[in-house]
Amino acid sequence: MSSVPERPPARGSVLYDPKIRAVAYQVLLLAALGFLVYSATTNAIENLRAAKIASGFDFLGVTAGFDINQKLIYFDGAVSSYGRAFWVGLLNTLLVGAIGIVLATILGFIVGVARLSPNWIISKIAKWYVEVIRNLPLLLQLVFWYNAVLKPLPEPRNSVQLNGIRFGTPDFAGILWMIMAFGLSYALYVGAGRIGRNDTERQIGKVAAAIVAALGAWYLLPGIGILRPTEGGLFFLNNRGLYMPEPIFDEMARLLPRMLIVGVVLAFMFRRWARRRQSATGKQYPVGLVAIALILGLPALTWAALALFDVNPVTFRYATQGRFNLTGGMQIYPEFVALTFGLVIYTAAFIAEIVRAGIMAVSRGQTEAAGALGLRPGPTLRLVVIPQAMRVIIPPLTSQYLNLVKNSTLAVAIGYPDLVQIFAGTVLNQTGQAVEVLAITMAVYLTISLVTSAAMNIYNRRVAIVER
Amino acid sequence: MTDATHSFVSRTPIDPAPPPVLVGGPIAWIRDKLFSSVLNAVLTLIGIALIYLIVPPLVKFLITNAVWTGTDRDACLSERVGFQVGACWAYVADRFSYFVYGSYPVAERWRVDIVFVLGAIGIVWLLWLDAPRRDLGAGYFFLAFPVLGFILLIGGDYDFNRFVLGRLATSVPALWAWPIALDFGSVSFGSGIGGIIGGLFELVGAILSPFVGILAKLLALVLFPFAIVGAQLVKLGGSASFWSDFLLTAAIVTGLSALVGRAFGKTPREATLPSLVIFAGLGVMLFALSIDWGLEYVPTNLWGGILVTMVVSLVGIVFSLPVGILLALGRRSRLPIIRMFSVIFIEFVRGVPLITVLFMANTMLPLFLPGSASPDRLLRALVGVAMFASAYMAEVIRGGLQAMPKGQYEGAMSLGLGYWQMMRLIILPQALRIVIPGIVNTFIGLFKDTTLVFIVGIFDFLKTIDATLVDPTWATPTSRYTGYAFAAIFYFICCYGMSRYSLSVERRMAAGHKR
Repeated sequence: MSSVPERPPARGSVLYDPKIRAVAYQVLLLAALGFLVYSATTNAIENLRAAKIASGFDFLGVTAGFDINQKLIYFDGAVSSYGRAFWVGLLNTLLVGAIGIVLATILGFIVGVARLSPNWIISKIAKWYVEVIRNLPLLLQLVFWYNAVLKPLPEPRNSVQLNGIRFGTPDFAGILWMIMAFGLSYALYVGAGRIGRNDTERQIGKVAAAIVAALGAWYLLPGIGILRPTEGGLFFLNNRGLYMPEPIFDEMARLLPRMLIVGVVLAFMFRRWARRRQSATGKQYPVGLVAIALILGLPALTWAALALFDVNPVTFRYATQGRFNLTGGMQIYPEFVALTFGLVIYTAAFIAEIVRAGIMAVSRGQTEAAGALGLRPGPTLRLVVIPQAMRVIIPPLTSQYLNLVKNSTLAVAIGYPDLVQIFAGTVLNQTGQAVEVLAITMAVYLTISLVTSAAMNIYNRRVAIVER
Repeated sequence: MTDATHSFVSRTPIDPAPPPVLVGGPIAWIRDKLFSSVLNAVLTLIGIALIYLIVPPLVKFLITNAVWTGTDRDACLSERVGFQVGACWAYVADRFSYFVYGSYPVAERWRVDIVFVLGAIGIVWLLWLDAPRRDLGAGYFFLAFPVLGFILLIGGDYDFNRFVLGRLATSVPALWAWPIALDFGSVSFGSGIGGIIGGLFELVGAILSPFVGILAKLLALVLFPFAIVGAQLVKLGGSASFWSDFLLTAAIVTGLSALVGRAFGKTPREATLPSLVIFAGLGVMLFALSIDWGLEYVPTNLWGGILVTMVVSLVGIVFSLPVGILLALGRRSRLPIIRMFSVIFIEFVRGVPLITVLFMANTMLPLFLPGSASPDRLLRALVGVAMFASAYMAEVIRGGLQAMPKGQYEGAMSLGLGYWQMMRLIILPQALRIVIPGIVNTFIGLFKDTTLVFIVGIFDFLKTIDATLVDPTWATPTSRYTGYAFAAIFYFICCYGMSRYSLSVERRMAAGHKR
């Protein structure tokens, strides 16, 4: 045992010590960084002094002097400050981000599922949509939508007028008719599922139900006074954007969001109750249907009830065609439309790939096992495949959402007043305070990114499979 | 076996089932893939309607109704030609050389062509997995090609005036005066939150500046003798002083590394070789740039079109790969400061949009450099793109490093390899091979993102198309659509080709792993 000779400690310089080397490397890096920062700051201070630009954040309180077309909060260039312009830009960025994320998710999921469709044409169309959109620069797509699609629209005086149906005040009988039409449609749907002897018959029944519902909506709703055909235009489209009816909210309109909140709370309570019942008795309840009925039905019923008393909580102000321009209505700017459109179409192509990968990541054995347990294709997808696919889908999906928000900065190319266009563009050019302006702008995006990825890490830890 | 007396057992054989209607052939395929159920049939009809809405008008616009030849806008005006004109390819053909070279002087365009060919050689060498001597290819693509390309494009005859020592001559006195220059008190932060931030800055500044000041003065003292030498060299003036400065610096650094190497117990050869090789390489590169090759000088504001798109994306890849490797290694390093630096850099750059990085490079780079040196506009954008691409590349490479089994690291260490030997000989060759698809995908993203330099006023491909649209010679109703269609076809071919390549590499490697 003692045949191994005691080795003397290795001799050599202390510089061989990995610890000392580690310290030396890091000190070198720090010194280099310090020198970089040092020379950058001294140069910057020197250059700023030479250009007579005051550093600091005082400019945020200075009157902006420029106007912004799309603003969610009050902004008047003659009196509002640069600081307020920052908030206008930030809100516009968040607006386009939020709407873009919702629409891109919907489109992306549709395309992703379509790519896996057994239908050859549908899957090929989805495939080529993804291939073409992913391989073209977003900027090219944005300038295409803006310069080639929206800008050549006619002048305001020759607006494209889309006639449609306007909202009117419903009467009681009308509401009854409506309920009957949709009830018939629902009965057909359920009946088809029960009575149909094979898949073809069941599907024919479902299609018939959908047709009845659509016809009911199309013919009954205008007839009963909820929706009326218009004489004038409802939507106007021209090169200054899309003009839509502007909702005007009555005093009583406050009830609607309140009822919505009540509906959401009730839906959650129902879900809890249903879960407890299910674990106690094994009986399942249609949680989703009840939740939709509560969340949408309560405000709708409130509206109908108010209508019975001749109170209309929401009225619309319609745009009217003037000689040169349109007055009234809600104007949606072409920059906003082009940016949202471009971002949604671009991001959806990436989301579609993520969804496809997520669904394919669920092994076939899961579907087969669910089938062996007697689950039909619908519940299999809903209860077995999608929950497992979501675990794979959500992390890359969030990074796509972040990409969408970051890509919305391309707004600057088409003049949509987002944070970068207003703040890092106009404000920077007017004040010349590049360091402060860019620091604030970058800090905003950095905060959005870091908060989202922190939330994602927490989520991932929660849903990660715990193995053994 | 007993007699089957149970009533539920059939005594007569049942009739054979009829043969399946069709299992093969086009009709069976159509039934199976397009009309297997009612829903499927409805989807098929929707799909056909979509194709009908998109494809025929597109073909009509791009091919059948297109105008292919002509000298000016008259060829593409519907009222002159007599039919509804689609794409005006005559316009693209006429401005084609502008789309490729921008305003690069016509007589010098052969230089650009050579650079395109050289770049293509490098890319094929690296991406063709069975090509001979791919290590040489890497050296060619990352060292020789950038220098050659730069000389060819800009014309060489570059006038250097200072090297390290010369710069020290001016910066050491400033270093000595550090805390006076950094005066946060003069920066006003406004009231409210700004005031609090300002107060914090001042507090930190007040605490740190004595320490920083002492450190800066110590550093200045150490560098003082070199600064004096540098000042003498600057007085000599001209490009001669640059080379004497360069040689002196090389000698000093080599001498120092010999001393340090001695302390480490290395042979003089081992100790001085790295520094000599680096300086020799650098010297050859700089010398090549400074020689007058007889090429006309072409400033970068004349560059444009596909040339700029290629320059931006190639500079992005050439810089981002080595820097990305270093950052990825730094992020996985055990040394806390190096790791923190890498993490902060990567996450910062990945957390902000490319546009803001470009704006930063465009407006802040001139601020951070000493007064007179205002860098070229294209260079500023290149710095921004290179930074941005490096951070993304680092994450891709980190993926490869993490995919290496731990046994590879342990095996390398048990052979007695040092850190850099282990990385260079064992880990990186395998890790980089795994992430080739990821690298190509990053490059596709980078290639698409190069269009953003358009926003900071550089004439890339998209911008040249935009610029020709205001030209009255070709102002027709369809010029804009034609230009965008041309750009779309160009980008699609490039990006789709690259993504096909990365898919094929992926498949090939998957086959290798499957066995």
